[in-house]
Amino acid sequence: MKNDIQNKPINRVDGRAKVTGAAKYFAEIEVPGMTHCVMVTSTITRGSITSIDTKQAERAPGVLAVLTHLNMPAIPGWAADNSKPSSGGEKLRLLGSDKILFNGQPIALVIADTLERAQYAATLVKTIYKKEAHKTDLAKHKTEVHMPSRLGDYSRGDANAHSTAPVTLKADYVIPIEVHNPMELHGVLALWDGEDKVTVWTKTQGVKDTQETITAAFKLEEKNVQVHSEFVGGGFGMGLRTWPQDIVVIAAAKKLKRPVKLVMTRQQMFTMVGYRPYTLQHISMGATADGKLSGMYHEAIGETASYEDFTEATVRMTRFMYACPNVTTKYRIVPLDRGVPIWMRGPGEATGAFALESAIDEMAYKVNMDPVEFRILNFAETDPERNKPFSSNHLKEAYQLGAEKIGWFKRNRQPRSMKEGDWLVGYGMSTGVFGAYRGGSTCRAQLNGDGSLVLQSATADIGPGTGTAMVQIAHEVTGLPIEKIRFELGDSSLPPSGSQGGSATVSTVGSAVYDVCTALKEMMAAKGLSFENGAVKGNIKDVLAADGKPYLEVTKESKGGAEQQKYSMYSFSIHFTEVHVHPGTGVVRVKRVVTVADSGRIVSPKTAASQMIGGVTGGIGMALTEEAIIDHRYGRFVNNNLADYHVPVSADVPHIETIFIDKPDPIINPMGSKGMGEIALIGFSAAVANAVYHATGKRIRELPITPDKILAV
Amino acid sequence: MSDQLKNAEEYTSGTSRRSFLKQSSLITAIALAPNAVVKAAEEGLDEKIAAAIEQMPLNVTINGVKQNLKIEPRVTLLDLLRERLQLTGTKKGCDHGQCGACTVHIDGQRVNSCLTLAVTTEGKQVTTIEGLAHGEELHPMQQAFLDHDGFQCGYCTPGQIMSAVCCIREGHADSPEEIREYMSGNICRCGAYSNIVDAIMDVKQGGKKV
Repeated sequence: MKNDIQNKPINRVDGRAKVTGAAKYFAEIEVPGMTHCVMVTSTITRGSITSIDTKQAERAPGVLAVLTHLNMPAIPGWAADNSKPSSGGEKLRLLGSDKILFNGQPIALVIADTLERAQYAATLVKTIYKKEAHKTDLAKHKTEVHMPSRLGDYSRGDANAHSTAPVTLKADYVIPIEVHNPMELHGVLALWDGEDKVTVWTKTQGVKDTQETITAAFKLEEKNVQVHSEFVGGGFGMGLRTWPQDIVVIAAAKKLKRPVKLVMTRQQMFTMVGYRPYTLQHISMGATADGKLSGMYHEAIGETASYEDFTEATVRMTRFMYACPNVTTKYRIVPLDRGVPIWMRGPGEATGAFALESAIDEMAYKVNMDPVEFRILNFAETDPERNKPFSSNHLKEAYQLGAEKIGWFKRNRQPRSMKEGDWLVGYGMSTGVFGAYRGGSTCRAQLNGDGSLVLQSATADIGPGTGTAMVQIAHEVTGLPIEKIRFELGDSSLPPSGSQGGSATVSTVGSAVYDVCTALKEMMAAKGLSFENGAVKGNIKDVLAADGKPYLEVTKESKGGAEQQKYSMYSFSIHFTEVHVHPGTGVVRVKRVVTVADSGRIVSPKTAASQMIGGVTGGIGMALTEEAIIDHRYGRFVNNNLADYHVPVSADVPHIETIFIDKPDPIINPMGSKGMGEIALIGFSAAVANAVYHATGKRIRELPITPDKILAV
Repeated sequence: MSDQLKNAEEYTSGTSRRSFLKQSSLITAIALAPNAVVKAAEEGLDEKIAAAIEQMPLNVTINGVKQNLKIEPRVTLLDLLRERLQLTGTKKGCDHGQCGACTVHIDGQRVNSCLTLAVTTEGKQVTTIEGLAHGEELHPMQQAFLDHDGFQCGYCTPGQIMSAVCCIREGHADSPEEIREYMSGNICRCGAYSNIVDAIMDVKQGGKKV
């Protein structure tokens, strides 16, 4: 596939199911005798439960059980785990103790025959707490840092170069709590068959990972745990683990000997399925008068839970993005009385890129250079962190293509120099980067007598269009028409694949599809069969009859080799945007976006474009509106709903133009395809902040860029 | 004050009708002191009686099919569709009328079904995403969403499509700007807006009846 022929755009293979309402998400599976679970959650932030009265709830019509720490069966796998959180705090044992470790922690499960009855009965549970002082404010507790077990300190060259250079810059950046908020609510539906066999439908980015978690929690045999997640209504990272409440609901179903379904509320989506952590950053940067970067220092402090460390690669980009001889990075975490964070699209790299790419823009102005030219001047030809060549890097071309498309060099570079009517006009740009990974995956191919091909692997599709890309790869290898190929996923009984995360699915699972289709062709050749003109040549029916099999079957495991150690592999994005800022009200509107991706060969152009558009849209939210606010007096969110936590709506988003470099990476995998999900968002918020600077002359270093910050003197 | 009354007071700090019923039945019980009534309250019989009389008849046409149902008045149209009628194409994204995933048509108007008590649809025509296509032939809006890739995960999609159809019917699809404004009650977290606007413009300009 590493040829010069670009792939054709095709409609999503599961699109019809999605536009007709036929696609079944986890909560929509029909199971006879199903019961509904509603969670009661803590209203204090730290302390313990003195008493919990469930009598009236238990008596309410239709109620089958009310489970609290007083009557919840022990989770065998949890009981056996004696490890201690590195913060020295207590481990979270949901419904396993009277301890409250964060606000909104589940304290009771109310299970009834209908949803309404469970919802009503949940209001009847009365709890008395013993409160303890809590910590939820990172800014207030930023000195109580903790060295994370991974992602330690990094330094090359002179650690003081950033502050002794001829031109210096010091700046602090703040990222608020952001919440994934996929449109589908999280939850789980559990059906036991006896004491040691369970089937679970849930919202997960990895059915194998969820299977493993459940297997360990209940000490079962892997083959007795089936996990289904064929359609997932968005994840953005929150589905990268199986949450404790999922496990207790599965335990409840076992105790009740009835299938139990939990669908969380939108409010609960803010407290117990992770978030992008509040993060403070400091950057100190030095350059020569003619614009060569001479030193960088980048420090980040992120929040985590008291009961679990969460780490992400916030300062990573600073280490390798630019040719700078002296770089130091530090990353710390602060345990707070909060639910644990989890990677949110672009994860730490998006947080870090906001700071780094804002600082780069600021430095470009300080040395009186165009921000694009400044980046090209400091372009790293090889990875300065690992001293390895990049497997592919078309950044310079990407800068040029994006700049031309948006008319970058036609603008007046002077801040606050452009206007349209009452509005100030600004142009901004940034770079995004994320590791291009290839993990291990196994795929099975079944070629039927009618010439149709079924491919199976236990991967996921949280939205990007996994099936569509896989079918397109199989089509490229076999020549079979798209309609003749079906890809099955989201079922733990299929050949194993990793979770959908880190922009690695096309690279990882796509390679397995490529390899299994290649192996199938070899197997066919041995039997006198081949693919020709989009069909099977030779008498496949006779071959199957002779073998006594319903189909030709081949399974192939696929993973990267030694090349992975020889090269640095990254995907790159360049975002350009034009914003309008209203000087009277401080309103910022994103008016145009041109986003360029160097993601290697594009396997599925149509869904890839949608992924870039989607990442930019998420980036608009990150830049302008998204912020989950805690009232630290109580440790509770004040805007935990979709009216007050503003994710972008149609009126916030202009037409978005996407450009793909579309050149195969010669190293990473047989398709030459790198990842895309993260780079679509990484850096975009900095492009907006830089455009706001160009429009107004004002640097906003704290997200989101709300009108009050524009208007503040 | 008897223990029961004290409990009753403690539990009626909320203002739910059921708690009120319980409290008044206990007060009555204590005033008149017939043992049978007190016992009934303790065993939750009052709840069972309340549950029985709470079932209300509902006659509604959903996707052209007449439904004669008995439901509690607190059941929302969304939960009726999803949990009782297995019409799961209509999605729950927030349950508060804030995201639009549950959009259906009631007598041709787009409505958030999560904010609609099912009993208020008595005698009305409800159309859900399952009722939009003509057999195998997709509605032009469904086809346009497919062709323009107006979605990723697909969860908001039924609501977007139902809303988009009304956006055109209402006469609010004359420009991309107008569409953006009138489609802003439907959130798409995957961020497919750019393509959704293209899809709606395409249907509008195609001139097919929606």
